[in-house]
Amino acid sequence: MKFLPLIWRNLLRRKIRTALTIGSIFIAFLLFGILMAIRAAFTLGVDIAGADRLVTIHKVSLIQLLPRSYRDRIRAMEGVTDVTHANWFGAYYREPSNFIANFAVEPEPWLRMYPEYQLPDEQRKTWIANRTGAVVGIVTAEKFGWKIGDRVPLISPIYRKPDGSPWDFTVDGIYDSTLKGADRTQFFFHYDYINEVFRDSPVSDQVGWYVIRTKDPSTSDQLAKRVDTLFANSTAETKTATEKAFVSDFAKQVGDIGAIMVAIASIVMFFILFVAGNAMAQSIRERTNELAVLKTVGFRDGLILTLVLIESCAIAILGGALGLGVAWVLVSQGDPTGGLLPAFYFPVRDLMLGGLLVLALGVGTGLLPAMQAQRLKIVNALRRA
Amino acid sequence: MHSLSQIVAVTSVTLRSIGQRLGSSIVAVIGIAGVVIVFTAVLSIAEGFQAAMTGKGDPLRVLILRSGADTEMTSGLGGEDVRTILDAPGLERSAEGPVASPELFVIVGHPLKRSGTDANVPLRGISPAALKVRPEVRIVQGRMFQPGTNEIIVGRAASQQFDGLYVGRSVRWGEGSWQVVGIFDTGGSVAESELWCDARVLQPAYRRGNSYQSVIARLASQDSFQLLKDSLTSDPRLQVTVVRERDYYAEQSRVMQMIIRTIGMGIAALMGLGAIFGAVNTMYSAVSSRTREIATLRALGFGRTPVVVSVLIEAVFLSLIGGALGGALAWAAFDGYQTATMNWQSFSQVAFAFAVTPSLLGQALMYAVLMGLLGGLFPAWRAARLPVVTALRQL
Repeated sequence: MKFLPLIWRNLLRRKIRTALTIGSIFIAFLLFGILMAIRAAFTLGVDIAGADRLVTIHKVSLIQLLPRSYRDRIRAMEGVTDVTHANWFGAYYREPSNFIANFAVEPEPWLRMYPEYQLPDEQRKTWIANRTGAVVGIVTAEKFGWKIGDRVPLISPIYRKPDGSPWDFTVDGIYDSTLKGADRTQFFFHYDYINEVFRDSPVSDQVGWYVIRTKDPSTSDQLAKRVDTLFANSTAETKTATEKAFVSDFAKQVGDIGAIMVAIASIVMFFILFVAGNAMAQSIRERTNELAVLKTVGFRDGLILTLVLIESCAIAILGGALGLGVAWVLVSQGDPTGGLLPAFYFPVRDLMLGGLLVLALGVGTGLLPAMQAQRLKIVNALRRA
Repeated sequence: MHSLSQIVAVTSVTLRSIGQRLGSSIVAVIGIAGVVIVFTAVLSIAEGFQAAMTGKGDPLRVLILRSGADTEMTSGLGGEDVRTILDAPGLERSAEGPVASPELFVIVGHPLKRSGTDANVPLRGISPAALKVRPEVRIVQGRMFQPGTNEIIVGRAASQQFDGLYVGRSVRWGEGSWQVVGIFDTGGSVAESELWCDARVLQPAYRRGNSYQSVIARLASQDSFQLLKDSLTSDPRLQVTVVRERDYYAEQSRVMQMIIRTIGMGIAALMGLGAIFGAVNTMYSAVSSRTREIATLRALGFGRTPVVVSVLIEAVFLSLIGGALGGALAWAAFDGYQTATMNWQSFSQVAFAFAVTPSLLGQALMYAVLMGLLGGLFPAWRAARLPVVTALRQL
């Protein structure tokens, strides 16, 4: 502890260089945090997909519908604890550019299937009882300024009312989620509300996809196969996969865009770190003769190594912790594109990786020059000055 | 005039002495080059995607959709509607009738080459006039499909991105089996990511009866857009919207554009800050290594302005080198890089190539110069305020 003033003076020896180095490290780790959030966003939240949920879609593509009668046949299967269905409604609010992810669902089973959507009990009850009611994610509610009880007209190009008028919904509930990366932009409402309008039409009693809860996640793949076998050779064959596989396939369709951006920028991040690290190592090399003096007056090699390491780690931690911290704050402000990347969050795992990188930077930049200094013959070092 | 010649003199001395400060100058150059590479690479994704979506976009081509539908996928037009549309004024007409193709647009799941997992391919049912509507289409391999048969032709990009879409292969989706008989090229536009077949074969396969989803048509002339639009939208039998093809695809690419540009600009801005730190460091050490020289010049009667300008010019010079280097590298590494992503409006695959355009390179260079100027500002300020006497006494 008594050496703290020494370390402090060394840090202040060239104030501008120290400040710029810390600044560069700060930027590098800020970038790191944001890149990890982008990467998470481009996987569309695959990390948080329910491990015990399966998704069943039409075999040809997800735009084809499945008969609602499948629900009871799936429910009766061995290993299925719950099943519900949803339809992509594709509606917008006022303008087509006001995109909302909206689904027609079975209220109670849907909330049971997705316990991560947290809704006050009172709102849940009101919604379940109100056929034209809807529940909306807090992010979307805030975006459009919707409050409980508001009437919201939505226009769906897919499900058009016979008279062409918009669908009226009442906002009965606003859900939130404490699960990091959960989609808090969705809008869902009673399937029965649209289904009754389309009675006797070809889309009557047709659903978009099924969500199945399995008793034992380790046998998910077998259950998926059994579901598909059950409906093989019917008019609507199915394709079932775990929610994780479903989301990750979807993310693969979005393609390597996210990966490319992360790759490009990671290279540059490491470049910034390399330059900063070089500056740090340089400032220690410049003081080789001082280190020799310390040795002369009786400092042990281990102590000198420790002092140098503390100094380089101090710079790394100062810049790195600040960068990671600011990234954390920025990312938790939410998706910068306004609802297009709902899974924009900074995974804790990546935060820890960032912390390790900070330490590696500090130790890496300090160790080499410190060891060189250690190996130096005092006489030679002093002569060099 | 006098100060101008001073500026020229001091600047030329400065620039010639860069060689003595090579190490730190290279760090600044590389820092700026790195930022320019990222800036150019990320935005070339957006440029390339946009180029594929809007293409060379024939200004005469229009889409007619059901009103309220923002994509072909959610649109629907009955057989009766289509007949009314084909009779509308303003469409180009040939000996065989209106140059307009009623079409169906569905998506089918098919495995991607790159991941082996299913992705959505757009499958478009076209009518005989379709190739007249799109004169840029060329069959580059095989032949056109025979009307009335289960034959398809495959866009070149789709053939590259998806598994097993070669001439002579047959593919199965659901109950139907299709024979691939040709590969077509449209000059890199979004249609190259599609599969085409006869609309009349697709109708029963997807239980569409006699209905279609859109009519793609050519206008008789630039001026007839309004005529066509007025006539169709005022027709009480129809509920349709008429949109130019360019505008339609520009709207479709909006979401992806916004995601890429927001992220790209954000990352580039942050990294720019990092590069400015690097440049500041370099220029400070440049100024301090020239302390005596600058002080001597000032003692000889050179003003502050020439000194400031010379430092700034050096910074801009270095950043221009960095910018040019980064731009060239980004162009060499990324221009033309083929990839594919999802069109969020139709959930189907769009293949495109990264496009490092001249205007993008121009923006990147301007950004590099800005970084250089900002990086040189404080060091230049310090150089100008150097106390002459103490500086001379130093060293």
